[in-house]
Formats: sequence, structure tokens, C-alpha cells
Amino acid sequence: MKRFFCSLKRRSAIGLTTLALASLLSAPAFAVMPDEKLSDPVMEARARDISKELRCLVCQNQSIDDSNADLARDLRVLVRERLVAGDSDQQVLAYVTDRYGDFVLLRPPVKSYTIALWAGPFVVLLLAGLGTAFYLRRRRHEVETTTLPELTAEEETRLQALLDDLGTDKGQRGPSA
Amino acid sequence: MSPHTKHRLLLLLPFTIFLVLAAYFAIGLTGDPSKLPSNMINKPVPEFALPGLDGGPGLASTDLKGQVRLVNIFASWCAPCRVEHPLLVRLAREEGITIHGIAYKDKPVDSQAFLDSLGNPYTSVGSDRDGRVGINFGVYGVPETYVIDKEGRIRYRHVGPLMAYDMDEVILPMLRELAK
Repeated sequence: MKRFFCSLKRRSAIGLTTLALASLLSAPAFAVMPDEKLSDPVMEARARDISKELRCLVCQNQSIDDSNADLARDLRVLVRERLVAGDSDQQVLAYVTDRYGDFVLLRPPVKSYTIALWAGPFVVLLLAGLGTAFYLRRRRHEVETTTLPELTAEEETRLQALLDDLGTDKGQRGPSA
Repeated sequence: MSPHTKHRLLLLLPFTIFLVLAAYFAIGLTGDPSKLPSNMINKPVPEFALPGLDGGPGLASTDLKGQVRLVNIFASWCAPCRVEHPLLVRLAREEGITIHGIAYKDKPVDSQAFLDSLGNPYTSVGSDRDGRVGINFGVYGVPETYVIDKEGRIRYRHVGPLMAYDMDEVILPMLRELAK
């Protein structure tokens, strides 16, 4: 009886692990066809990673990994061929950019003509920060240095009258309350 | 600057932002996304040797030296290729321009039938069945037309069907210039 439960437990553990592994491995099945896949899983994983970096030139906003276009398929096969031939990931990317230019890379490389793209947001952030700091400093300065105009003699007497009035008011109310 | 004028300038801010955005959109949205510069410009033609159609001569990169010429990438299954084809035929016959064809991902029988029915403007045709030579040229799709100079370098790429305007205004003047 005990042995039966043991084996049941082990079996379900194996079953669960298999299920978990299967769902992990098979989750993103986009446009890559089974016949394109490499038998070596490590190599295939590299191919998938590279494919995600490469723009499908027909659809332009999809990676070749996602695209069903013929040219995307051809490029996926090409990427795998280069890997099998012993190219490093960088060499494969270079092979494709030699033919299609940097546009084929979904992540634009940092180069002289992409510097505005990469540095732009930080420049804007810096300018906004400087602007805010400058504005706040000036405002504080204004508040500190602003002097209120002196009261005229007439205003002074009116104010005094009001204050006196308030005083007598209090005095009157005091005892009656 | 009086507080009043400062206030006025602040009122102009949304309008300024609008102008800047409008300028960005005007540049960004009016360009043709298919008109991308080729990475192969001024580079030698990629090395290749393709078999011909129906026993005809094939096409190799070594054939593309010594003379200014066009390389046209076409396929029988491609509708825009049919549109530009009469123009290519006229160029070859009337202007005497050397045009080589690369049949991209097409069965040789189909490419041959295409040429039989529409006329053959090509000095020679290479059959690129798996599209590899196309990829080496940096092809996006068919048709594409490349201007090759005397040294066998790619000087210009035209994406999509050639129209009379492209021919008269761009390709022919360029061919004349390169032939000098």
C-alpha cells in the first residue's frame, strides 16, 4: 500500500514536471515552422533570439520571428544555416546587416547618426530639469525679496480705528456674555 | 519683461508645441516606407553563379563587368513585374540597354513561359530558385532593378515596378552618365 502511494506520488511529480516543461517550451509558437527548427535546442534558442532582433523587411514592424512573409522565412532559414556553419550571434547579425543595412535591426545601434535618438530623451530631461530648477529658484528669490508697500497715513488711521473698534467690541461683549 | 507679456508668451506655448509636432508628422508620415536606401550601393555585385532557363545561358556575377547595365529581379508570379515588363522590352529593343534578369523564387518553366508570352528583354537570365542571390542583393521583394556600373558595382536600386517617369528621369540619365 505504502509503495503504491509512493509510486503514485512520484508519477504525478514526473507528470507535473513534464507538463510544466512542455508548457514552458511550447508557449510562444509564432511563425516559425517545425521544419525550420534546428535539432539542437541550444542552437535553436540562439536562432530564435537572433530572429527577434531582425526586422521583417516586408512587414517592417514585425520581427522575422513573428512574420509569416516569405522573405522572413528565408531569413530565418538563413540565420539557422549561418549558426550551423559556426557563426557567432554577432557574425550572423553582421551577415544580414551587410545586405540590408542597419534598418534590419529592430534595436538601432548607437552610431553617429542615431545619437539624437539615443541621447535625445536625456537631453530633453536635462533641459526640463534645468528649466524647473531655474524657475523654482527665481520664484523663491522673488518671494524673499518682495517688500509690501508702506501704508499711507490715512490707511494707518483707518487700521487703528478698526483695531480700536474691535477692542471695544470685545470689551462690550465680555461682561454681557 | 512685465508679468503681462510673460503670460502672453505662455499662451503661445500650446501653439508652439503644435507647430513642432506638425513638422514632425509632416516629415514622418509623408515619406514612403518602401523607399529605403540599399546597403549595397557602391558595393560590388554579390558573387553568384545561377543556372539559366530552359537551357539558355545562366548569369554569374563575373558577367556583370565591363559595361553599364541593368539587373532586373522578377518572377512570373509577381503582378507588378507584368506591369513593368513592356517598358523593359522597349528599353532593350529601342534604347539598346543591356538588361540581365534574375528570376526570383520562380520555377524555370514558369519564368520561361512568362518571357515567351510577354517578350524577353534580357541578355541572360539566372534562375534564383531559393532566393539566396536575392537576399545577397538585399532584395525586399520583386520587382527590383539595379544599375550596375562598368566595374561591376551596384550604383542604384529601384524598388517596385519601373515606370516611364523613373526610366526617363532617373535610370536613363544615370546610365548615360555612367557610360561616359
